[in-house]
Amino acid sequence: MLVILLSSCEDSDDNGPAYTPTPVTLEIPEVFQGRLLPPEIPEDNPLTEEGIALGKKLFFDPILSINNQQACVNCHLPENAFSDPRRFSVGVDGNLGNRHSMPLFNIAWNFENRFFWDGRALTLEDQIFDPVVDPNEMGNTWPNVENTLQNHEEYPELFEQAFGSSTVDSVNVSKAIAQFLRTLVSANSKFDQFQLGMVELTPQEANGLNVFLDEGRGDCFHCHGLPANPLWTDNIFHNNGMDKVITDLGLGGFSGDPREFGLFKSPSLRNLAFTAPYMHDGRFNTLEEVINHYSEGLVFSETIDPLMKNISTGGAHLTESDKADLKAFLLTLSDESFINNPDFRQ
Amino acid sequence: MLMIATTLFVSCNNDDDSSTPSNVTVDFVFSHFFDGAEIANADFETTSYTNANGESLTLSKLVYLVSDITFTATDGTVYAGEDYNLVNARTGNNINFTPNVELPKGDYTVSFTFGFDDEDNDAAGGYEDLNTADGGWGVPDPLGGGYHYMRMEGTYINNIGATENFQYHTIRANRHSTLPPGPGTLEELTDTSFTVNLGTVSVGSTTSVEVQMDVAGWFQNPNTWDLNTWYTVLMPNYEAQLDMNENGAVGVFSLGTVITED
Repeated sequence: MLVILLSSCEDSDDNGPAYTPTPVTLEIPEVFQGRLLPPEIPEDNPLTEEGIALGKKLFFDPILSINNQQACVNCHLPENAFSDPRRFSVGVDGNLGNRHSMPLFNIAWNFENRFFWDGRALTLEDQIFDPVVDPNEMGNTWPNVENTLQNHEEYPELFEQAFGSSTVDSVNVSKAIAQFLRTLVSANSKFDQFQLGMVELTPQEANGLNVFLDEGRGDCFHCHGLPANPLWTDNIFHNNGMDKVITDLGLGGFSGDPREFGLFKSPSLRNLAFTAPYMHDGRFNTLEEVINHYSEGLVFSETIDPLMKNISTGGAHLTESDKADLKAFLLTLSDESFINNPDFRQ
Repeated sequence: MLMIATTLFVSCNNDDDSSTPSNVTVDFVFSHFFDGAEIANADFETTSYTNANGESLTLSKLVYLVSDITFTATDGTVYAGEDYNLVNARTGNNINFTPNVELPKGDYTVSFTFGFDDEDNDAAGGYEDLNTADGGWGVPDPLGGGYHYMRMEGTYINNIGATENFQYHTIRANRHSTLPPGPGTLEELTDTSFTVNLGTVSVGSTTSVEVQMDVAGWFQNPNTWDLNTWYTVLMPNYEAQLDMNENGAVGVFSLGTVITED
């Protein structure tokens, strides 16, 4: 059980009414209990009802964009587990990004604290600064965002309620959105229910799990976790053998270390039913394509992860039956109740 | 019985009850070598080494678990930390570790367990930090569950001159009636963790003990390791795990520099 203490109870800085934000305790899903460490909530940004509500409003409000047309939700759709069904999202000027929109859930359990496909943001709050000013996304400036929100009829009071100050600044914008994002918890897939003894897997799904856990076949678990790690990701970075010539440097583009060229963060396998297309650049439209890649399509490059096996022959060469079973298992990780949760809708 | 004391960071947690009264702690630092040449972060993926079988290899990952660091006094009194530490040689995470044990100054025989013995490996509920450490330190249930002891990964030049990946993963040896492993195939588990005896250390008011791992030993003695034969899918390979155990127990770990201040 995580208890979040809120110490701030200060007076308003503009002589308005004093507000005491209401602390929120993030409910730990049963399937996480005993398996995962408690979620990481920054001491300087505890969850509060007012902060979460403000963050949600900002997430769904196009006011953050330069043309007042694009909100966070336009590229992180709830029905797609807060990803984008398009390969590349379209920004305010009609420009395309160059990586697929990452799904958003269970972020508070990202113990590695590296965000974006390339890990360039070291906190969730820092991550939120980028899309607002990225010309291929919201294309705005933070001074303009602050000024717009400050002159809005509702926002100054909402900031007052959430942070004790009606003065809008970018730090509190990022904090509010981060609070909302940390509430996006997905832990009610069929496999979660299986782990809790509520349902059984079909024989096909059960064999798919075996393929997933078999070092000689899927060997998915070394990067995507075990039933004991229900995040289904390691949240760390790998070159998974997609390109002979690396053009997107990934983590190496941020770190400058050639040994990290072409490394991208492992995404969670939760909610795969809703998060196509797949990989950092959205090159695969179907799970079959993803499985075929690991089975037959691996190619060598200098920084390839040693976990990629049998590179010279393209991979493990799963049977068609094992491929189908693996897909069936992977789909048990999808959580309908998450994408339909009214708390996460506008 | 095990008691898990969870901290915010991976790997420096209690796994057993221990409340021995004492007055000093001992710091450990883990360092890594290949045939005597120290391995630094810059060497990963760049420096080629030659193993006893003559194969050229590079390392990309070297992460391993040590547990139950134990101090045995000359009168036989045992002071046991009974905790664990996951060392990442590449990143340097947890190369410094102070076991949760306090003891009187004096001379001690120092030992630790490489990996988890069965008691710790099968702890009820497992270890929350290890479940997500380094991508998940756990071992799949069809292989007997528990946790990895070590993940050493890299590339080598195979016998046709091609670069191939290897995964030298040490876990509890598991024998199966048929492979691939699956429900009902597991026939036998053998605890392949082992005790490393570092020798005698004088413990003062502050003490720093260097533990050295010579990676070459994993490929050398008593079993000359042929990567062309055993380079991948070693976790369910019972004989490979036994050989890893034998090689690890001989000439891999040694006592390095000890700095003691009274």
